[in-house]
Amino acid sequence: MELDIALASAKALKKVIGSISFGILSPQEIRKMSAAEITVPDTYDDDGYPIDGGLMDKRLGVIDPGLRCQTCGAKAGECPGHFGHIELARPVVHVGFAKTIQRVLESTCRECGRIKLTDKEIEEYMKKFELVGDRRKAREKLIKEIHKKAKERMVCPHCGAPQFPIKFERPTIYWELRRDEEGNEYKHRMMPSEVRDRLERVPDKDLPLLGLDPKNARPEWMILTVLPVPPVTMRPSITLESGIRAEDDLTHKLVDIIRINNRLRSNIEAGAPQLIIEDLWDLLQYHVTTYFNNETSGIPPAKHKSGRPLKTLAQRLKGKEGRFRGNLSGKRVNFSARTVISPDPMISINEVGVPIAIAMELTVPEKVTEFNVEKLRKMVLNGPEKYPGANYVIDPEGGRRRIMESNKELLAEQLDVGWTVERHLLDGDIVLFNRQPSLHRMSIMAHRVRVMPYKTFRLNLPVCPSYNADFDGDEMNLHVPQTEEAQAEAKILLEVQNHIISPRYGGPLIAGIQDHISGGYLLTREGAYFTRYEVEQMLMFAGVEVGELPKPDRVENGVELWSGKTIFSLLLPDDLTVWYRNKLCDEPERCEPLERLIEEKLVPDPEEVRKLAYDGFVYIQNGKLLSGAIDKKAYGREDGIILDIMVREYGPERARLFLDQVTKLTIWVITHRGFTTAIDDEDLPEEALDRIKEIIREAEERVRRLIEAYRAGELEPLPGKTLEETLESKIMAVLAESRDNAGKVAERYLGMNNHAVIMAKTGARGKILNITQMAAMLGQQSIRGKRLYRGYNGRVLSHFKKGDLTAKARGFVVNSYKSGLTPQEYFFHAMGGREGLVDTAVRTAQSGYMQRRLINALQDLKVDYDGTVRDPTGIIVQFKYGEDGVDPMKSWGGRTLNVDRIILKTLSKVREGE
Amino acid sequence: MVGAKTVKAILNKVDLPNNIKEELYESIMRYNKKYKLKKKEVEEIVNEAVREYEKALIEPGEAIGTVAAQSIGEPSTQMTLNTFHYAGVAEINVTLGLPRIIEIVDARKNPSTPIMTVYLDEEHRHDREKALEVARRIEGTTIENLAREVSMDIVDFEVVIELDPERVEKSGLSVERIVKKLEGSFKSAEFEAEGNTIIARPKKATKLADLRRLAEKVKKHRLKGLSGVGKTIIRKEGDEYVIYTEGSNFKQVLKVPGVDPTRTRTNNIWEIAEVLGIEAARNAIIEEIVNTMSEQGLEVDVRHIMLVADMMTLDGVIRPIGRHGIVGEKSSVLARAAFEITTQHLFEAAERGEVDPLNGVIENVLIGQPVPLGTGMVRLAMNLPLRPERE
Repeated sequence: MELDIALASAKALKKVIGSISFGILSPQEIRKMSAAEITVPDTYDDDGYPIDGGLMDKRLGVIDPGLRCQTCGAKAGECPGHFGHIELARPVVHVGFAKTIQRVLESTCRECGRIKLTDKEIEEYMKKFELVGDRRKAREKLIKEIHKKAKERMVCPHCGAPQFPIKFERPTIYWELRRDEEGNEYKHRMMPSEVRDRLERVPDKDLPLLGLDPKNARPEWMILTVLPVPPVTMRPSITLESGIRAEDDLTHKLVDIIRINNRLRSNIEAGAPQLIIEDLWDLLQYHVTTYFNNETSGIPPAKHKSGRPLKTLAQRLKGKEGRFRGNLSGKRVNFSARTVISPDPMISINEVGVPIAIAMELTVPEKVTEFNVEKLRKMVLNGPEKYPGANYVIDPEGGRRRIMESNKELLAEQLDVGWTVERHLLDGDIVLFNRQPSLHRMSIMAHRVRVMPYKTFRLNLPVCPSYNADFDGDEMNLHVPQTEEAQAEAKILLEVQNHIISPRYGGPLIAGIQDHISGGYLLTREGAYFTRYEVEQMLMFAGVEVGELPKPDRVENGVELWSGKTIFSLLLPDDLTVWYRNKLCDEPERCEPLERLIEEKLVPDPEEVRKLAYDGFVYIQNGKLLSGAIDKKAYGREDGIILDIMVREYGPERARLFLDQVTKLTIWVITHRGFTTAIDDEDLPEEALDRIKEIIREAEERVRRLIEAYRAGELEPLPGKTLEETLESKIMAVLAESRDNAGKVAERYLGMNNHAVIMAKTGARGKILNITQMAAMLGQQSIRGKRLYRGYNGRVLSHFKKGDLTAKARGFVVNSYKSGLTPQEYFFHAMGGREGLVDTAVRTAQSGYMQRRLINALQDLKVDYDGTVRDPTGIIVQFKYGEDGVDPMKSWGGRTLNVDRIILKTLSKVREGE
Repeated sequence: MVGAKTVKAILNKVDLPNNIKEELYESIMRYNKKYKLKKKEVEEIVNEAVREYEKALIEPGEAIGTVAAQSIGEPSTQMTLNTFHYAGVAEINVTLGLPRIIEIVDARKNPSTPIMTVYLDEEHRHDREKALEVARRIEGTTIENLAREVSMDIVDFEVVIELDPERVEKSGLSVERIVKKLEGSFKSAEFEAEGNTIIARPKKATKLADLRRLAEKVKKHRLKGLSGVGKTIIRKEGDEYVIYTEGSNFKQVLKVPGVDPTRTRTNNIWEIAEVLGIEAARNAIIEEIVNTMSEQGLEVDVRHIMLVADMMTLDGVIRPIGRHGIVGEKSSVLARAAFEITTQHLFEAAERGEVDPLNGVIENVLIGQPVPLGTGMVRLAMNLPLRPERE
């Protein structure tokens, strides 16, 4: 038995779609696959029952519950539906092939149907086709060339019959420009039946030269004599609340076709005049054309009663919401949830907090084995309404049963090995977490579930940059992988810690942010000491396991004190050695002695290093932070050196632990020390404000002098610029410089005890520029990189004189956010701000389309087993990926190897051992 | 302390890319001076390097195409849209940021701001005057550039060109030579010089429109320089003078005496492909994207950009990323239909009787099968018993 199941599953596994071939349906085929001929232009009778021979004929499948399909006998929902057909009274052209029909008519003889090429030419082109193979561009070119050649030949090389040019009138009318015996030209309208006769004459052997496949696409099949009617299941009618049935657009169109078709037929049978028949024929052609594509150029689109254009076949497939992009490339899925996100610094970065309500709705199918029967039985007994419970069980035959209050005891009892239980989400389950727009692969990562109260998804902060998430109302999606394969793949490939390093630049992307970095600085800067109580608290909070605290660094008045560096070192691996200049290093001369010391001694004495310790130079020796303060360069985004090394040399799991601990530790420090920034953080002493005022006055004066020089014609134009441009760029330079100077003044008075400055200097958040704008002045506002100039005639605001070129009239804001803007300045600021907003909106659209194109062009490329990069047809794109075969994610910020680190690391290891 | 030979011998024994070997050799020799390495230590270092290299190798099946596309697409959301920045060369407008990236991947034949960087040969590059001489040969000069005013005299039926003597002198031309040049190119008109004014009379023209046309033609007439090249700017870079030009004519500029053809470059990729070949075009694409990205302060690994460039130049001609290029030439019908212009592709496939072998990514997504990348690439199924049998 067991073997049978295994065999069956192996067989099921083998059934894959190998290829799909395309072709045109022949009338015979259409009739063969048809379950019924449709002749009645109606759907349901007065009782709401499908009419026989009507468009909702039961032989085409059923959509109403209770009815049975007359072809396969299945109920609604199970019957896939069956095609029907309509016998057209007269043939009509298929719009999609109208151009091709024209090409075939032009390239073939009107008498014998042969292609108008000599036998020699035919042979030549056949050879060329062989050479071209399946290269699309070249093939197209060849077909075009043949067409051109054959079209110009006015006498058939095979039968000698004279030829006439064909005129094609969009979308479906063909004229022949004939010439009678006297040489008078006249136009002859070729009705589809005549066209069809001609196409029939084209022999199979000539078709490849016309770009047609004789087996799958005879040209006469492009003229329809029989129209397939899609199954009812593809065009279901919907019943509105009022009880009125609303038919699908396709059904409406088919009704039109049948109605006209019937009228045409009865007119023909009654022997109506040719004119009337032709009119009806054209009308039939119109309906069939719009049935295929209601956006055919040259004819008015068919409209619904309400005036809305109908959505016919082509419209169903096309565009973003069409079948291809909307339903096939991207699908709606079950086992997913979406809600608002909020932060939780206490969970690990690879966890996600799932609200209990969601955990009880989403399920994981778990197979019952002898090891977990008891656990699962309990869950079944809990039922769907008590956490942790289960919603469904699946018996060994595959029957799916909903667990309800009434049957849960019974099901729990029946439960045995071989069953499957769809149980609620539990802590530790693997789920996929996603935020749109999914711009890169770190937009979907696997997290471990943590079931929590309340109604939001919780995530830890270091993963925010990769999702580009914040908590101002963002929502995220969660998906539960249902098979063991999917779960295993998610665990191995998609978990958060495997994505700490970004493949974009080979540096950390998931890293400490904002407070983690400010906190790191506050913890480790020179002079930061903590009491035993504090140390115990923070280590406990961070979840750091230490058997015993290290020796206190200092004892003051009998109080033991530990330095922040010592505490930080507890999180590092014992053999980590690294040194670098960090962001705080603004006196390089203080780094140099340390660098020299390390270079000379290779493994210098810690005491010696401590003596030279400087906040701007980080030196970690064997897991001990001996010098330097922690800032963005330690474990921040893009340049977190410690984190980077941790991932590469100790593995992602260790790096995850480090990130979890360090973020919690620094958060403890920052919350217990207190870290705010308020208006008085931007307070500058009187003298500083005076200096800034002086700078502004000076700048305005210089601008005035420039304007005067310009007016007097004394300004020398820069090469390649007009006088006006020269003036503008000179003024801009003066004003930019003045803001920089004002910023420098402000910076000088705000030290490392100012929280805003700490944030800016450590790289936690903001730039010095932001502080300058708050404390000193806002500076020049600009649009498109120029000073403001638009608004009124010759001026920006009516508060200024026409042609006023001075700084203040053209958007130079001398006030700071703190001192407050004048109404004019406020408006200038709003102008600059608006440009930013518009810019962002336009940019997202543009870059979105570019990314779609890039993905479409490159998605098939992969590294093969032999290390080459190939496309799906096996063409080699690169012989060795990226010329060195190295994964950008595993490279050192793009470099193949970090040679210096390898040498120094190996050397100190070898020498230390001796 | 080990000798250079020993180090080389050790390095030769291992399997590493050549550039890494070189870097390793140089670094080892540098550290050798400082620390007096022993042979054993060098061996250990080299072995460690090999270990690290092998660890860093890309794994088969990796969907590098998608990663590359994402790595370029994702940061482009953060780029500025400010088309015109005066970066690099202060006086010349350059398209930057997102528009420039789009321009490159679209492989536009005419970039919106073509620029050449003309390096000069040994003789000309150290002297500003000599550089200016070369610049004059390159710079496109029209009557318009030299004239103070070009007006039409309707009464006498002539075009009056008033030249600016200063500009004429600067350009290295003279009134006589201008007249000669004009006479050479305009057979339908007569030219006459009076001091700094040139008068052009059409030989036989009766309509006013003809006169107007002549005036326009004369105004735009290129007296010297290369076609397509506008103004030039000379800048000192390091110890040499370099000419930057607005507009590009790469083929011609290489022939101008005084130009160093080995270093001169343009930002028009099509011109590079035409003049220097497809490999050069590939490198130009890489360089242009890298420069645009780094100018915006965005880090993107070159390997991703290389892949894009390789895809664009794979066929020996430059193919744009998009409907008219790489995507449009895909062999799979479904892949093309899923991108753009869905219905045409399907009709075309039908008449050709095309067969989609379903070996791309999108096709398999469409029909709901695993994609042939990564874990989906494995084509081996094992029929394991459900549970290992107990003894």
